[in-house]
Amino acid sequence: MSASLRAESELMAAPRKGRRRRSTALTKSDKIWLSLMVGIPATIHILLVWIPALATVVLSFMEWDNLLPIGEAQPVGFRNYWVIFTIFDTNLFPAMFNNFMLVAFLFVCSAVGMLFAYLLDKNIRGSAIYQSIYYFPVVLSLAVVGFIWKSTMFSRDSGLLNTLWPGGRIDFVGDSTKVFQFDLPFLDFPLGLSRNFAALLLAMAWRHIGYVMVLYLAGLKAVDPGLREASAIDGANEVQTFRNVVFPSLKPINVVVAVITVIEALRAYDIVAALNEQRGTEVMGTIVTNALVGEGGGRVGIGSAYGVVLLLLCLAFIIWYVTNHYREGEKA
Amino acid sequence: MTAQTPGSPSPSEFGISLFGRRRFIAGAAGATGAAAVLAACGSDDDGGASSPATDAAGDDPPATEPSGDVGSTTFGSNYSDEKPRAGMAAAIEATGVATEINTIDHNSYQENFNTYVQQPDDVLAWFAGYRMRAFAAKGVVGDISDVWADLDQSEGFKNASTGRDGKQYFVPFYFYAWGVHYRKSLFEEKGYEIPTDWAGFIALCEQMEADGITPISAANDGGWPQMGMFDMINMRTNGYDFHVSLMGGSESWTDDRVKQVFTNWMDLLPFYQPDANGREWQAAANSLGAKETGMYLIGNFLTSNFDAETQQDIIDDIDFFPFPEIDPAYGQDAIEAPIDGFMMAASPANEDGAKALLRGLGSADAINAYIAVDPSVVAAANGADTASYNALQQKASDLVGSAKFISQFLDRDTDPAFASEVVGKAIADFLSDPGSIDGLLATVEEQKATFTFE
Repeated sequence: MSASLRAESELMAAPRKGRRRRSTALTKSDKIWLSLMVGIPATIHILLVWIPALATVVLSFMEWDNLLPIGEAQPVGFRNYWVIFTIFDTNLFPAMFNNFMLVAFLFVCSAVGMLFAYLLDKNIRGSAIYQSIYYFPVVLSLAVVGFIWKSTMFSRDSGLLNTLWPGGRIDFVGDSTKVFQFDLPFLDFPLGLSRNFAALLLAMAWRHIGYVMVLYLAGLKAVDPGLREASAIDGANEVQTFRNVVFPSLKPINVVVAVITVIEALRAYDIVAALNEQRGTEVMGTIVTNALVGEGGGRVGIGSAYGVVLLLLCLAFIIWYVTNHYREGEKA
Repeated sequence: MTAQTPGSPSPSEFGISLFGRRRFIAGAAGATGAAAVLAACGSDDDGGASSPATDAAGDDPPATEPSGDVGSTTFGSNYSDEKPRAGMAAAIEATGVATEINTIDHNSYQENFNTYVQQPDDVLAWFAGYRMRAFAAKGVVGDISDVWADLDQSEGFKNASTGRDGKQYFVPFYFYAWGVHYRKSLFEEKGYEIPTDWAGFIALCEQMEADGITPISAANDGGWPQMGMFDMINMRTNGYDFHVSLMGGSESWTDDRVKQVFTNWMDLLPFYQPDANGREWQAAANSLGAKETGMYLIGNFLTSNFDAETQQDIIDDIDFFPFPEIDPAYGQDAIEAPIDGFMMAASPANEDGAKALLRGLGSADAINAYIAVDPSVVAAANGADTASYNALQQKASDLVGSAKFISQFLDRDTDPAFASEVVGKAIADFLSDPGSIDGLLATVEEQKATFTFE
């Protein structure tokens, strides 16, 4: 009973923590230090992120072969965008679709990661071992994950999945036939999930689940056990406790995981590149790079246009996140 | 920036090696560094435009030979691996021209070539074919027709060194050849004859299938291996000139002649190893080595897949024949042989020195000196010492030396971005769904219009 009361009183007290009185009395040296600590990172950020980003936007309206001096670049208006949306639509839309598939799929993985964390947090026997096993893939970069899965799991002639699979051999790496597909009114070809991209999603799940699990484990440790006790005493079952008590108190972690998940999905590049960018697995990251990098890869305008599309996707998410975050903040 | 556009290997990456395998995991892994940067919201503007690392791989001391009266010159080299680097130093010394060699890691060199070529060394290492012609047409490399007057190299090499304006811009150094590789012992055991025409080739495939052997090893991971098949069927069906104009962007991909290439290709598909798209060329090579498959159209670098210590018997057992004739009008007159060599800067600091160096590098002496150090390549120059060649090198040398036309490979004979982004994808789609070829060719033609072929 006393535990429950304490928990309740803490719940009541919680919002008050947020309203800390702001001190405006900064000394002169405080101001200098503050402006340095804000100014230096901001300058670096603007120099290395926003100026190149703006340059990309400018270049996306130009035609330049990256060979003649930059002064020779010709403005072409929206032609590069017209080219990527109508002529290279067979690149752009499948890549965007794959990125959206990734966002959706990685959210499912995040949910699985949360479930794993919840179960492991119950101090079951050997939980440290399970934790290490699930966490192990996170120390590998996605490119390395790609190499590992390509050679040991997916390989048609010698991969583990093909050895264990009872049916005929499956080409996990190269088979671009669709698992499901649908038509869009403005496209003359169907969009859909390729088999090889589905396989690649599995490899990404292998890593992403462990990553999210660790974040939630840390979060769960911070949840006051008294809260759970209280809800148990109030007669809530496991699911109700999780939904109404544990999950809400994980809110800060949920936000972090949502951001990580979306960013991971939009910036996907390395694992696709490691599998040699098979047909059906293209993502925005690879089509941007292909147009820009490489010998003779002098399609700066078109590559920049792809890049701007990706930038807009990222910005849309960031704006949504920032506005949401601040709105939530005001409510509290 | 080493993010790699998939491309056919350069002879300087693979030779006809008998000396163990060289793998490119490292290079591919290097791509991830660029990946992290580029993928982050895609806000990088001009990837790959960072200045080439001219300071990257050290400064070899200038060759000490007296240089006559041509003065000293500079040479930008992508011969960055240990053996090629030593070989190149020996070759330069053999020319007797005082030269400062700037060696740059070959991946960086190729990735940043667009930037480098704007302020290059006097002489620069590069590749024959479109990759050379594109730069020649933009006027960033120099005309060296007068050097060719003194070179002793075959007509095929001269054609491969000629720009669109009919002048020469390139001096070949060495090459490897593409052909249909097979295991001699398998052919002897089963009594197979080398086919010289299409009907014979198909008949041999049928016979192999009846014997329980998959006739054709097939890989397409990376998108380049099957470009070789397209090139060979195209040159046998429509001739070398059509290949050049098709690659140069002046023929339509919806033309019946292109369609015919894929129609002929469909005759072969039933004999392919299944699921070519996801298979690495090394896995297909292993199938050939294990005699699970009978034939493999690939470059001579095939032998580098086998370990010189434990699989020397396989290496010695591999031979190749030129792709069989399809149209008697063209016979077997063209062979695919990517060539590495040299170009000259548009305005070299020391033009006489640069040309003297190019003359020297195009001679038998230089390549002999090179091969003495790195005996994994085949010399372009006539009169080079062939005594140390193994059977495969000897055959490549004979076939290429007598070929009327030498093509460079699809991704070297056209805009590399067009090759990998458009044609390579169409070929991969064709392999997974051969019936869709009409639509694929229409897409290629539509996308081709966005490239400016030089």
